[in-house]
Amino acid sequence: MTFDERRKQAISDWEALQQSDKPHILVGMATCGRAAGAAAVLATIKEELARLGIEALITEVGCIGMCYAEPLVDIIKPGRPRISYGNLTPETVKQLIEEYLVNDNPRPDLAMGTIGEGSVEGIPELAELPIMKPQVRISLRNCGHIDPADINQYIANGGYSGLIRALKMTQKEVIDEVSKSGLRGRGGAGAFTGFKWERLWEQPGDVKYLICNADEGDPGAFMDRSLLEGDPHSVLEGMLIGAYATGSSHGYIYCRAEYPLAIQRLETALKQMEEYNLIGDNILGTDLSFNLEIKEGAGAFVCGEETALMMSIEGKRGMPRPRPPFPAQSGLWGKPSNVNNVETWANVSAIFQRDAEWYAQYGTESSKGTKTFALAGKVVRTGLVEVPMGITVGDIIYEVGGGIVNNKEFRAVLTGGPSGGCLPASKLNLPVDYDSLTQAGTIMGSGGFVVADEDTCMVDMARYFLSFTQDESCGKCVPCRVGTRHMLDILERITRGEGQPSDIDLLERLATTIKSTSLCQLGGTAPNPVLTTLRYFREEYEEHIVEKRCRALACTELIKFFILPDKCQGCMICLRNCPVDAIIGDRRMVHIVDQEKCIKCGTCMDVCPDRFSAVVKVSAEEIEVPSEPIPVTASRPATKKEDAGETATND
Amino acid sequence: MGEITLTIDGQEIEVDTGVTVLGAAQQAGIYIPTLCYHPDLTPYGACRLCLVEIENMRGLPASCATPATNGMVVRTKTPQLQEFRRGVLELMLSEHPHPCLTCWRRERCGPFDICLRSVDITQRCVTCPKNGTCELQEVVDYIGIENVELPSTLRGLPIDRENPFFERDYNLCILCGRCVRVCQEVRGVGAIAFTSRGSETLPGTAFGHALRDSDCRYCGACVDVCPTGALIERRRKYEGLPDTRVTTTCPYCGVGCQLELELKDGHIMEVLPLRDNDVNHGQACVKGRFGITEVVHHPDRLTTPLIKKNGKFEGATWDEALELIASKLSGFKKNEVVVISSAKCTNEDNYVVQKFTRTGFGHNNVDHCARL
Amino acid sequence: MEKSIRERLLPILEANQGHKESLIPVLQKVQGELGYLPEESLSEIAHFLGLSSSEIFGVASFYAQFRFERQGEHTIKVCQGTACHVRGAKRIMEAVAQELNVEPGGTTADYKFSLEQVACFGCCALAPVLVIDGQVHGRMTTSGARKVLEDY
Repeated sequence: MTFDERRKQAISDWEALQQSDKPHILVGMATCGRAAGAAAVLATIKEELARLGIEALITEVGCIGMCYAEPLVDIIKPGRPRISYGNLTPETVKQLIEEYLVNDNPRPDLAMGTIGEGSVEGIPELAELPIMKPQVRISLRNCGHIDPADINQYIANGGYSGLIRALKMTQKEVIDEVSKSGLRGRGGAGAFTGFKWERLWEQPGDVKYLICNADEGDPGAFMDRSLLEGDPHSVLEGMLIGAYATGSSHGYIYCRAEYPLAIQRLETALKQMEEYNLIGDNILGTDLSFNLEIKEGAGAFVCGEETALMMSIEGKRGMPRPRPPFPAQSGLWGKPSNVNNVETWANVSAIFQRDAEWYAQYGTESSKGTKTFALAGKVVRTGLVEVPMGITVGDIIYEVGGGIVNNKEFRAVLTGGPSGGCLPASKLNLPVDYDSLTQAGTIMGSGGFVVADEDTCMVDMARYFLSFTQDESCGKCVPCRVGTRHMLDILERITRGEGQPSDIDLLERLATTIKSTSLCQLGGTAPNPVLTTLRYFREEYEEHIVEKRCRALACTELIKFFILPDKCQGCMICLRNCPVDAIIGDRRMVHIVDQEKCIKCGTCMDVCPDRFSAVVKVSAEEIEVPSEPIPVTASRPATKKEDAGETATND
Repeated sequence: MGEITLTIDGQEIEVDTGVTVLGAAQQAGIYIPTLCYHPDLTPYGACRLCLVEIENMRGLPASCATPATNGMVVRTKTPQLQEFRRGVLELMLSEHPHPCLTCWRRERCGPFDICLRSVDITQRCVTCPKNGTCELQEVVDYIGIENVELPSTLRGLPIDRENPFFERDYNLCILCGRCVRVCQEVRGVGAIAFTSRGSETLPGTAFGHALRDSDCRYCGACVDVCPTGALIERRRKYEGLPDTRVTTTCPYCGVGCQLELELKDGHIMEVLPLRDNDVNHGQACVKGRFGITEVVHHPDRLTTPLIKKNGKFEGATWDEALELIASKLSGFKKNEVVVISSAKCTNEDNYVVQKFTRTGFGHNNVDHCARL
Repeated sequence: MEKSIRERLLPILEANQGHKESLIPVLQKVQGELGYLPEESLSEIAHFLGLSSSEIFGVASFYAQFRFERQGEHTIKVCQGTACHVRGAKRIMEAVAQELNVEPGGTTADYKFSLEQVACFGCCALAPVLVIDGQVHGRMTTSGARKVLEDY
């Protein structure tokens, strides 16, 4: 079969599926869905269908990005629009299947929204929801809509038409098209993709390597995983276009081992490509020959750095090497090479499926197109969102993300992971693009967007990031290996309340040395979290050092737990749950925390019944408590039942 | 003449293609501090001391790894660069014993003087075997470090003395990686490698086993490239600096490795393979590197020929010995003689032996011990 | 009779004979087969790949994935990524460590559980996350984590 025949077949199959007279159920089965219990939901659906004798089509799809509402199930009932349901459990999905498929009650109470044409009463349009409305889904175009394990569904949705278009152009024209689109590397540094390709293209020689960096190491970013799990072919098509443009013969996908499903999806995709003559020799009958291998990472953040990544592919310790020479001159095995990130490759295929002008209409002057952000932390709607560059930080958090959990106060957003930094409330109007973020002291990075609220201590946050980079430093160059350790030591000292006023200067001095002299960008950016927190939250450092106070009540050494004598009911719950027996008291006697013994785990506060709320956490203050247990004097709040006593026995 | 012209610190320099910026500077006699750089090893870029400013290039490239290109304008000593070097060096010193390095009295102190600053004896420069030849010391003197503000975080590791040839004191290691690289790149052995990562990184063997359980052949290449006192020959540890140096050919085999003997009071302190020759390019084997000192100065060593008189060997001169051999040889027929030479002789010596056999006795019955 | 380490590794090693560049995949497969990388396995790999044991140890000790000690029957990984950190991953780790009486990075005395901390699983939207034998459990609480452990 020629590719064209396959394509026609794929399209007619896809249309048949859309117009099927059987109900079509799509279940989000990406890792995040599974983590939320999608496997149990899927099993229930199958059981229910069997029990009710309903014949239906089931497709396991990737993630649509609304992770906060996982597990997600979409149902297309013949003659009805597609309805997306969220937050399902085996119990609710059981009701849903029977009531919607048998009784035709679409259960608006469980629905998120409708997708596509048509409407259902009581259910909004999904695209009109605040999380979806600002989005322009280019790299995520197919995620959650197609079966990632079926190449035909990708082809039916325009897949590989970009490759065919590119193959009709000259290599230089392809590179120019990428340059015209303004696409910049989505992995973090934001280098112009067209520029990088041109450097590789102009190198002489037959053997050139093209690498897809899927070593998504930023703890807090997961768009690469989601893309590979939800639409692997969009990435692979991008790589084929790149291979043609740069004259590369061989490619690698370096994927972290923590993403087993992504690797499985890639393996499936590669097998199908082989069958369709989309990989190997003389692809689609042209002169293009390209072989692709998957390399599994082994747990080293630094391997996201391109020279370290190449060392790792060569089977060595992933230690970066100095540049120049740049990878385009001497990369993998000493041959000209180019590394691009997963999301970049997915954008490439999108650009060729449409064209550069279409792509460049989105975004800002210097940062074209869209960027996917992994919205996580203390934000109401966590998930993956793809928005045009230039949207403000505040819009992402409040419009798309729905604001802060429990209406707490926004403290900061951490972008770019351990290489990035934090932005305070005063930067909520900052447009998100490469250059504005750099100016504000942080970086775009891979698009991690972790929101911190008033309970997050910014000094502790800096300490957390430094301990991460310190852990992940390869140990090769002096500034990163030794410098980050000293910075971490100082930050630990400060969070323990042992900081000295001179520490801030020392941190800044170390940061400057490390930033300017490190061998690679892991070290070069490692001080960013400290520098940005010092820039925007300096007073918190001073509070820790001078007043020994942590306003977020997060630094254990600076906090104390007290049981308020006027609220304690002497119910014994906290006393029994304390892991170190640091609470003294008796039934109906006011409990007292023995500050000497207390390890500040916070269990007492967690278990104290809400209606008593007798345990408080304070920093740099003392609360007067009796020296030994005294009889309870507080009046007992009205209760439903003696649930305090019940809980105690249940424990 | 050179094909590339570049400017370093205002000086125009011509070099060949492929030369690095550091190489170009060295050719022109411009000093750039280095520690991880070694001429026999591939550029590594870890010590960050050779950073330079190059016009139209982002950041501060490492001169040891950056190829010189036409028209390049390089600055090696701007105040900012020196400040960064000082910062990096300070970090390095925070892991390395250093109180003496930054002490103004250093020159006046001997190993047994009472230290006015109460520096722990294990942390003094004067008690370090590398004192005076330490490259770290040299760089510190060049940059000038008055005090190290950072807290000292020494590693507190035990010294490894399990092999008879050299000691491994990783408390003094600056992780320049020269030992690991020479073992892998030059010797092709890989007896040691970097283990762990981050601040835990150290050169070592699999599971920290003794060198004798690794592939180590005790060639001593790691000791020779170590810039600090981390790897040091045991025999010379407390010998101080040599009086003179003598170049010689290794007596152990016919390869003819060129060696430099460091002498003190007429004794050999240490034997170092010479770099600038076409035979061994700075390399030796365990015998040449560690086996000469002991043999030369051993009381049982034969220093003259012995002749057996009345059933007992007695010392003789070379003339007496040769005379005796010649007189005995003339008592045999030509075909009654075979000649055995030694692989320890040089090629030239062996050439003479076969020539002597073939022309003197007229046959080819000549061999040497390496075939036995 | 139980197979020797060499016999168990032979199919992996023979397929990669002389391929130094395959070291990392080989280590992954060997660890997959044996559960960890005992000393003997390293010398076998060295023999087949043409590398020294030290070089292999150097590579293996660089990557967080590789273990040199026998692991528990079940591996519990507690994510300590940024999103999980902000949402209290430290306390989840403490709770699990306390429940099993084992330090992060350690294995229980009965070799039932190994406890590890991992930088990120990419399930940040469901933070904090706990993974047992590859099964991801999202939106964890300290009591939830204890409950999950009960099933094992």
